[in-house]
Amino acid sequence: MKRPSVIRETDVVARTAAIAAEVAAKHAATVDAQSRFPHETFAALKAAKLLSAAVPQSHGGAGAGMLELGAQCAALAQGCGSSGMVLAMHHIQVACIARHGLGTPYFDRYLSENIVARQEVIASITSENGTFGDTRSSVCAVAVDGENMSLAKDATTVSYGAHADAQLVTCRRTADAAASDQVLVLFEKGQYTLEQTGTWDTLGMRGTCSPGAKFSGKGRAEQILPGAFADSSAQTMVPYSHILWSALWSGIAADALGRAAEFVRGAARRNPGTMPPNAPHLARANVELQAMRHNWQACAMDFDELTGADDRAAREELGSMAWALKMNQLKMGCSEVAPRLCHEALQIIGILGYKNDTPFSVGRHYRDVLSAALMVSNERIASKSASMLLVYKDA
Amino acid sequence: MSNEIKVRTILKEHGRLAREVEGLAPDTDLYQAGMTSHASVNVMLALEGEFDIEFPDHMLKRSVFESIASITSAVDELTATAQ
Repeated sequence: MKRPSVIRETDVVARTAAIAAEVAAKHAATVDAQSRFPHETFAALKAAKLLSAAVPQSHGGAGAGMLELGAQCAALAQGCGSSGMVLAMHHIQVACIARHGLGTPYFDRYLSENIVARQEVIASITSENGTFGDTRSSVCAVAVDGENMSLAKDATTVSYGAHADAQLVTCRRTADAAASDQVLVLFEKGQYTLEQTGTWDTLGMRGTCSPGAKFSGKGRAEQILPGAFADSSAQTMVPYSHILWSALWSGIAADALGRAAEFVRGAARRNPGTMPPNAPHLARANVELQAMRHNWQACAMDFDELTGADDRAAREELGSMAWALKMNQLKMGCSEVAPRLCHEALQIIGILGYKNDTPFSVGRHYRDVLSAALMVSNERIASKSASMLLVYKDA
Repeated sequence: MSNEIKVRTILKEHGRLAREVEGLAPDTDLYQAGMTSHASVNVMLALEGEFDIEFPDHMLKRSVFESIASITSAVDELTATAQ
């Protein structure tokens, strides 16, 4: 199993870091100011064939595990937080297909042709009017008619939906299924319409372009991912989301603290022999950054170890309360520390960090990570953890 | 009263299923029948109270609580150990 020191040197991470520095970082301010999709970054990732990093090698992808994907998302987020988030979400969708659809002719072909050969981008539609933010329940249901199926969904947020080549949609299995009896259905471009119903003028993560939308699609029954979303959610969507998000938030925080460090070094060079007054704050902030990185990396290594075997026992472990609690704790921890670190960076830098047009600006970073506690609300996660801890004994 | 009957009574009270418990086969998937993870915790708490048992952490996974048969078998195992 790969370790963090090895991961930093891998082809996937190194090439993504180069794109982060040369492309994503250059356009990050414009993407943020105009609230537009980071086209340049994704064109570069596509050209470098980095959008298939999560596809198994058997299907032509890089076969990157969680630790490597986390490092890739963190590297990209250091250049542009929105780009890091879109890449993470794309990987989450690819992983759901790779881990639950492999071995079926449709999804095998989709991975090797659409993701590996054509480097397409997949968005997801998990939110819905009427479910109040609970991704594990749906109102809409897929209607299967022989070999065909259709689905309509009124979504509250669809991240980069208008810029994606496919949509992976949660819905109830049948019209008479319970709200929690869900499946995932993939729709390719040309099979659906997405009518924007809201706006995306937000504090941060503005480049993810995630307004509400009314989805309507028709396809073939084979595009329904095998198994239950209950399983693909617990075994794949939740771990990939919480680990990759935590990783990219650490990338954003690292860039903000990197700017603070550059600022402190500048002061030190002007006055060698005099410790800049804010240097100890930087030292303290780095304690939290290290803890944050080690938190997601440890979870990623646990996941890679479990999925290395990927047998029934490993999948059951991912469906255990112990694992669910670990994921909740990771998400809550990293989403709360990231804004704190950006706040610290701002205190260290001062007015040059507060201004939006200096090399030390950290406003975008701060605004971007404020989304972390809200995307899957920490309040909801805390109450789920609290409920589990009524029976989980950690013994 | 057999453990399965008590399990059914607890599911009826706390499982918040979309279907009548009486009509469920022992191997019906309870999650597909509408039991949420939140409801499953209440089922666990009620089972621990009713049978005076504690589910060890390794049993706190979907497969143990996915059907009336699997829950009953876990309860049988724990009550046998307790005696």
